[in-house]
Amino acid sequence: MVRVRDVHYRAGPRPIFEGLELDIPRGRITAVMGPSGTGKTTLLRLITGQLLADRGLVEVEGRDVAGMRRAEIYRMRRRMGMLFQNGALLTDLDVYENVAFPLREHTRLPERLLRHVVLAKLQAVGLRGAFRMMPAELSGGMARRVAIARAIVMDPELLIYDEPFVGLDPISLGVVLRLIRRLNDTLGLTSIVVSHDVREISLVADHCYLLSGGRMAAAGPPADLARSESDEVKQFMHGLPDGPVPFHYPAPDYVEQLRQVQ
Amino acid sequence: MLAALTRELLQSLRAALEALGAYSLFAARLFAELPRALLRFDLIVKQMYNAGALSLVIIMLSGLFVGMVLGLQGFDLLERFGSEDSLGTAAALGLLKELGPVVTALLFAGRAGTALASELGLMRATDQLAAMEMMAVDPVRRVVMPRFVGGLLSMPLLAAIFSLIGIFGAQLIGVQLMGVDSGQFWSQMRAAVEFGDVMEGVVKSCVFGVACSLVAVFEGYHSLPTAEGVGRATTRTVVTSSVVVLLLDYMLTAVML
Repeated sequence: MVRVRDVHYRAGPRPIFEGLELDIPRGRITAVMGPSGTGKTTLLRLITGQLLADRGLVEVEGRDVAGMRRAEIYRMRRRMGMLFQNGALLTDLDVYENVAFPLREHTRLPERLLRHVVLAKLQAVGLRGAFRMMPAELSGGMARRVAIARAIVMDPELLIYDEPFVGLDPISLGVVLRLIRRLNDTLGLTSIVVSHDVREISLVADHCYLLSGGRMAAAGPPADLARSESDEVKQFMHGLPDGPVPFHYPAPDYVEQLRQVQ
Repeated sequence: MLAALTRELLQSLRAALEALGAYSLFAARLFAELPRALLRFDLIVKQMYNAGALSLVIIMLSGLFVGMVLGLQGFDLLERFGSEDSLGTAAALGLLKELGPVVTALLFAGRAGTALASELGLMRATDQLAAMEMMAVDPVRRVVMPRFVGGLLSMPLLAAIFSLIGIFGAQLIGVQLMGVDSGQFWSQMRAAVEFGDVMEGVVKSCVFGVACSLVAVFEGYHSLPTAEGVGRATTRTVVTSSVVVLLLDYMLTAVML
């Protein structure tokens, strides 16, 4: 469904990707993992057309994202749903109106039908009873679930989750994990989950990519990555504090720096 | 030293020109979107409530006090020439042509402008604008335009209310307290104030409405997505709006006198 070939991208002077290649197969949950700052969110922005690669190809449904006009990008996004790290609910609208928002903007559904669709999506995430609550009244986990309901309200083909597990308590985390799996299987979606929570990702993903240093460090099912002998993969999968990604940020000699201060 | 100063000046000039260019492009985009935005008048009405109705108390209170001060100062000045009966004319002309539009615009920038800028800045900081983009909804069309139009429609209405309350305040002091003849106060005002004087105030308040709303939505929409960025956008909104309003006031006065 998504094809990334030889993608190069720089954020200012810093290279983020240097020849990145990956495929997101249809109907499966693909996890994109990697240490902070490796460009996981940048990859999502490239796929959704929010950023354009300096070089290389990003294809969605066989169409080059860089070659699309603004209207075409918007048409493509109507077939996508995205869950932001903090939910990104519209704070001046209640739960019901947040979920109804894409429908009101893109369709002319009669109010009665719109209500059925919105309540069905809220029922799917278990929050039909909270439909009149404002975003400020929701817990982090509830806000994430409302955002999922909003992301699926237009019946997308591709659902993208950006760090869906950050800051969730164990119960909310379990709920979100089950939702990702259930929605993907029952609605026949293709899902991309960007995260650095190895344990949680391993429970839900069919296939994993590990990004490191601007390229693909490893790819495969979560179990294979856990057994990998590569230092890079081992450090990330087992959370080792030192390794190819050093514990210390590059710095001058410690003693020399102390002397300079004196 | 001189070379460094020149370089600094050139850099500042370049930054100012870049900002002016960015403002112009943004304004052009907003005006191009205007016909489509008017089709969703429900969104505009909501923003008129936020920017206009919620500013009413501060505008009315300020109008009353400015009018009362004008009544006191005007009476003191006109009494020296034995023409205190002209107080109504002086207060009305001062408020309709100058104080009404200018003070309302400055208050509007401080109350509604900062609210607009910080709201848009926080929407950016909390990914709400990015979420709209991802839902294939143009945030300029859906969020910025109703706020811009709501602001520019509210300003002339607020300025009119300010001037009316101000004239009432001047009458309160001049007639009720200082003993100016009530008939003279109103009849001289009616005889001297012409349609063109009222229109001068209307034109000014419309122009200030566009300027203040444009500055607020531009600064908010382009703020950095951090607490500091939102704070700076809010401060810049007040400072830029105030300077622009005073500059435009001089230019419009020079043209319309």
